[in-house]
Amino acid sequence: MADDKPLKIFTRRDLLKGAGLVGAAAVASSAHLATPGEASPAAAAQAGRAAAAPVREAFEHLTAAEGDLLESIVARLIPSDALGPGAREARAARYIDRALGGALASSRQAYAAGLAALDRYARISRGKPFLDLSASEQDSVLIDVEAGSATGTPGANFSGSSSQFFAMVLTHTRQGTFGDPYYGGNANFIGWDLLQYPGVRTMVTAADQQAMEKGQLKPSHKSAYDYEGFNKATVSADRQGGHHAD
Amino acid sequence: MPTRLPETDVVIVGMGAVGGVAALPLARAGLSVIGLEAGTWLTRRDFAPDEIRNNVREWPMAVQKANMEAPTVRATSSSATTRGGHPMMNGVGGTSLHYWAQSWRLNPWDFKVVSETRRRYGASRIPKGSTVEDWPFGLEELEPYYEKIEVEVGVSGQAGNINGTIDRRGNIFEGPRRRGYPMPPLRWTAFLENMAGAARALGWHPFPGPAAINSRSYDSRSACMYHGFCNSGGCHVDAKNSTMVSTIPKALATNNLKIVTRAHVTTIEVDSEGRVAGVNYLVDGTDYFQPAKVVLLASYTYENVRLLHLSTSKPYPDGLSNNHGQVGRHYFSHHTGAGVSALFPFNLGAWYGLPAQGVGVDNWADDNFDHAGIDFIGGGNLWVYSDRRPIGAAGMNTYGRAPSWGSPWKAFIHEHADRSHGSYLQKSTLPYEDNFLDLDPAVKDPLGQPVTRITGQYKENEQKIGAFIQDKMEQWYRAAGAIDVTRGPVGGTMGASTHAYGGARMGDSPETNVVNRWGFSHEAPNLGVLGACTMGTSGARNPTLTAQALAWRTAEYLAKNWKAVARNT
Ligand SMILES: Cc1cc2nc3c(=O)[nH]c(=O)nc-3n(C[C@H](O)[C@H](O)[C@H](O)COP(=O)(O)OP(=O)(O)OC[C@H]3O[C@@H](n4cnc5c(N)ncnc54)[C@H](O)[C@@H]3O)c2cc1C
Repeated sequence: MADDKPLKIFTRRDLLKGAGLVGAAAVASSAHLATPGEASPAAAAQAGRAAAAPVREAFEHLTAAEGDLLESIVARLIPSDALGPGAREARAARYIDRALGGALASSRQAYAAGLAALDRYARISRGKPFLDLSASEQDSVLIDVEAGSATGTPGANFSGSSSQFFAMVLTHTRQGTFGDPYYGGNANFIGWDLLQYPGVRTMVTAADQQAMEKGQLKPSHKSAYDYEGFNKATVSADRQGGHHAD
Repeated sequence: MPTRLPETDVVIVGMGAVGGVAALPLARAGLSVIGLEAGTWLTRRDFAPDEIRNNVREWPMAVQKANMEAPTVRATSSSATTRGGHPMMNGVGGTSLHYWAQSWRLNPWDFKVVSETRRRYGASRIPKGSTVEDWPFGLEELEPYYEKIEVEVGVSGQAGNINGTIDRRGNIFEGPRRRGYPMPPLRWTAFLENMAGAARALGWHPFPGPAAINSRSYDSRSACMYHGFCNSGGCHVDAKNSTMVSTIPKALATNNLKIVTRAHVTTIEVDSEGRVAGVNYLVDGTDYFQPAKVVLLASYTYENVRLLHLSTSKPYPDGLSNNHGQVGRHYFSHHTGAGVSALFPFNLGAWYGLPAQGVGVDNWADDNFDHAGIDFIGGGNLWVYSDRRPIGAAGMNTYGRAPSWGSPWKAFIHEHADRSHGSYLQKSTLPYEDNFLDLDPAVKDPLGQPVTRITGQYKENEQKIGAFIQDKMEQWYRAAGAIDVTRGPVGGTMGASTHAYGGARMGDSPETNVVNRWGFSHEAPNLGVLGACTMGTSGARNPTLTAQALAWRTAEYLAKNWKAVARNT
């Protein structure tokens, strides 16, 4: 399984070429999923982990080429395999893409340089663009990048060591796979189910705790923001007014 | 020119864990108190169970004033300086909003490190270069104030020693207390029971730790929901007894406390006789001067010490209350590193719970064991708790059993995400002559003021405790069934810490201490300093309950001795 070619996915290009009705319908449902805090379980199940061909919406900050490349990297870091779906299906790349316009904006340059360098390194060392390599060839490229041995390859400038780039992508891929779906990743709670995490709750009774200890606590598939009453901003209005004492 | 405001009785700089406590006895005594707080009011709506926001992006620390004045750090006077983050919070309630809320009393030995070490082992056992002193009083002096805070703030726990009668369900090493806790301890999980059982089998004395968290509804606030987002997050049901929900509302209800938010205090003014006259602060770029008869500093160690250093004047050319050169001395970051983590062959059920819900072992803390044959003094508290979130779990050590990505990792993490545990080992840490705080000569905050510089490293005594306590922790994990154990380094440079002690130490001699036994300056008699910066020893446990007990004591002393302490105008 691990050595299989990466699953064919419907990319934006495919869709533009007219991938047909199935693809178009799936786009509509994934657009729904994209709305923060609205990853409704029903829609999620439909768009589904069972579907072999996840479909995605346009990236907001990465270019199409960067997005395709990042998708194929995260798909190797946490692969879809016999155990179930992985980071690609969890939309880790969508999480990263969105964060690059906000909390991770300072990493935008490192992604641009690193992704370009990784692809260049694949072409130089393996003779093909990363996307065209087999899964095991992709893994071997990633091993070089992780080890730092891709650093300094003429024509592949990671702007730092390649292992730094690798560590950054791995960290963000985990955030996108295991973080709250509100941020665009962990689609269909793929990441939480992989860890057997029973989910975000606002109350855990002693009975819930005991059920969990027996492996009998049903996962709660909810984002923090599916619960009522939490502000999404960091600081609420100043209750007392910020005026000076007088 | 700043706008001069009408005079008030007391200004408290910072409405955090200790300022928020001190306000209550003062307001109840009928004094007019103004609390100047750099942050704003938050509510339970701000406390979403969101790992990315709380733990990955560290929102409590990230958006803050504190972060813009993060101290710089260097190991020694001759090493290079680096800059890290600032771990504390700006807001009404301060860091008590998102702290873990372990609420310990110190043990009797912590007050008498010097005399007890001399008595039991001889003077030569005080580590070379340490400036440690006995506290000016013992545990018995602070005991009533500990009790006050346990009741007014709300602390759950199991007493181990009531008036000298040992209760083996609690910590048998704790000093005598007059009363038990106002709430029973937080519940234990099956894993915590397992760890407690393993400790007993080793002949140790496990006990549930004390927490400023409601184990049942208390003071009309909810009981804890154990939802797992307490670590660096605020409480969504007000069951964590931050000062925002405990002492501050009670003080506001007297109508004698007024809180000004977004008020950034920049300096303290003095009169020609060297008494403090008030403070200067900024709100959104506008300057105010708040005159006061008494000023209490409660802006956390780094800012308290910085404000003293920055407030230079004719009477105090080297900084306020620094004519003896003691401001910034006797500093230490609590040694809480040198961790140990373990892998178990079964799930721990740790997805829910909180870091204050756990099993403590004090057999290897303080002087609870004989140090005659060993080459250090002090020890560490062992603490095992229930706390896990998914991104953190995915980052777990793989103990050499899997790579860090790909299908083998995925299989590993699927099976083991709930099987690892990292312990929290707090160790006795001492002050030394060459560990100190001063102003950084180069790095400035956005107002152009120098930030605090930490010069400090853990010395031999702390490192030896680190290695010793790691052995004990490994032994405990293995006794509970761990199949693999790893250890962190035993300690080097002292970074910016959530447990930052000294810098304005309390003691009877003005030659070696900034404040007297009541927390008031030896030099400027109507200036009080609150917080762990006045503590000369750490013990092997978190500081806040002690700092809060001291704050209450300082405030009560002030109210009772108002005429003697306050500046007459
Ligand atoms: C994640 C975490 C977990 C912790 N867990 C525990 C624990 O389990 N047990 C424990 O005992 N301790 C714990 N601590 C430490 C505990 O938070 C501190 O000991 C305690 O908050 C210190 O109290 P303080 O009032 O001195 O500082 P703070 O609570 O930080 O309050 C200082 C206040 O002063 C304000 N301020 C700062 N500068 C100015 C200025 N110039 N002008 C006006 N206002 C200003 C700040 O905005 C802040 O509100 C933890 C800390 C963290 C970060």
